[in-house]
Amino acid sequence: MKDFVEIRWHGRGGQGTVTAAKALAEAALTGGKFIQAFPEYGPERAGAPIRVYSRIGANEITIHCPVRTPGIVVVLDPTLLGAVDVLEGAKDEATVIVNTAHSVDELKASRDWGNRKVFAVDANKISLECIGRVMPNTPILGAMVKATNIVTLEMLLDDIRINFAKKFSEKIIEGNISAIKRAYEEVR
Amino acid sequence: MSKKIVAMTGNHAVANAMKQINPDVCAAYPITPSTEVMQVFASFAADGAVDTNLVTVESEHSAMSACIGAAAAGGRVMTATSSAGLALMWEMLYVASGTRLPIVMQVVNRALSAPINIHCDHSDSMGARDASWIQLYAENAQEAYDNIIQAVLISEEMDVRLPIMTCMDGFIISHSIEKMELLDDNEVKAFIGDYKPHFPMLDVENPVTYGPIALQNFYIEMKRQQVDAMESAKQVILDVGKKFGDSFGRHYGFFEEYMLEDAEVAFVVMSSAAGTVKAVVNELREKGHKVGLLKPRMFRPFPAEEMANALKHLKALVVMDRSDSFGSAGGPLFTEVRSALYGVENAPLAFGKVFGLGGRDLEVHHVEELFKELDKASKTGTIDKVTDYITVRV
Repeated sequence: MKDFVEIRWHGRGGQGTVTAAKALAEAALTGGKFIQAFPEYGPERAGAPIRVYSRIGANEITIHCPVRTPGIVVVLDPTLLGAVDVLEGAKDEATVIVNTAHSVDELKASRDWGNRKVFAVDANKISLECIGRVMPNTPILGAMVKATNIVTLEMLLDDIRINFAKKFSEKIIEGNISAIKRAYEEVR
Repeated sequence: MSKKIVAMTGNHAVANAMKQINPDVCAAYPITPSTEVMQVFASFAADGAVDTNLVTVESEHSAMSACIGAAAAGGRVMTATSSAGLALMWEMLYVASGTRLPIVMQVVNRALSAPINIHCDHSDSMGARDASWIQLYAENAQEAYDNIIQAVLISEEMDVRLPIMTCMDGFIISHSIEKMELLDDNEVKAFIGDYKPHFPMLDVENPVTYGPIALQNFYIEMKRQQVDAMESAKQVILDVGKKFGDSFGRHYGFFEEYMLEDAEVAFVVMSSAAGTVKAVVNELREKGHKVGLLKPRMFRPFPAEEMANALKHLKALVVMDRSDSFGSAGGPLFTEVRSALYGVENAPLAFGKVFGLGGRDLEVHHVEELFKELDKASKTGTIDKVTDYITVRV
């Protein structure tokens, strides 16, 4: 990982976008990094498009403003691709990870991505099969880790186990773990 | 010392500090505009993690009233609020300070209506700057956590006995997850010690009067004593900051000087915006510009002389306010800083900018543009406008 990376997450209210950003931050923290994760607050409605920002760096992060030129863009809901400009301000060499039922070739053909590296993963299907409901936020993390090496898979899984144990049953935790592993394998 | 590094929001950090402080009484209004600080603390109380008597009341006015009663009785008392909640406490803020009660309150800085807005600015606490409360401001979650622990000792000191509000930026800090360090419960307990109240009402062997009438005969003397208490608070704040630093490695004073010593121009800005300015100062320093930052931590009492000494060598400075005092000679921080510089020989040129009202973002490019103005002022020896707005559409 580079010394400093800025991430923008696009999701819809209720999809667990903040939870995903928090889980990634905690895993990076365990890896000795400095972190920030914060949502852009507006009227809180389930289904409304939301943005969440993260920063991960080797040095202290003092800047306190939204991420405008992300190096990583994560799209948790495929319908957002037609609703918001997910590439706004994204760096030319940015990595984009999209939750979609389409293949990566179909995704790449769907719009102009410039020189950005584009990855596709069907996080809805994976979460439905592993967790029992559509909850793309944890599988997308597995895809992110594979696409960016931002933290190691082991670090992410260990942290998910520890932090989810405060809130969820063993069955749900294991479902999330297998969803992350599957997304890690299946992302293209 | 054990270190516990966590990823935590400002709200959770402060609620955890309150848990470790374990106050006797917390009185709070249990819905918005109060904050997640109280929500999280209430869950600690419900879980039996604290011994606190959590009193949920019907308004913020009542919350402060209950805090006043509990503090007069001899309890260690805390609360938290924000925005309109602080505004509704107004009358009782003055009763708390005039009665010389050590109440610790976390303020999550948010705008006041109208128009309706829930986001960050300093209108709430700046409006309370004349209420004789000590005010400390935090740049990030770590400072918010450290400040509220120190606040307990500062306000309880015999020569001070003033209420204190510790402030952090709404959403930008209160709802952002950041890396920070929690102290061990026992370290906090040892640092603040047991509370020995001064003149508690429940000490029936030594009866005292609280809340008497004092008209032309005594009122002004009691107000004058509040001035002395504020003056005493300065040394206490330094002492407590040093004790905290010696114990835990993070030292605190009246303000932070960032690359200021050899600077020719500087920004003066509080709270989370200071962090963004630091990043720009770093960037400008790499390009060879002699620029620095002074970040006030203590706004009341205001360290006028110390600040003037820290700024007097500059050619030009800009003071950034996240609130306005409409119709005045500038934002609250600007008027204080410029007043502090009055009479200083070869005082730097000073201008003020109001920014970020209602949560409008202050971004890196705004600060870079501001530097150009600073640079121009230092080179030409003149300023175009004494006060203005930035981050605004015109």
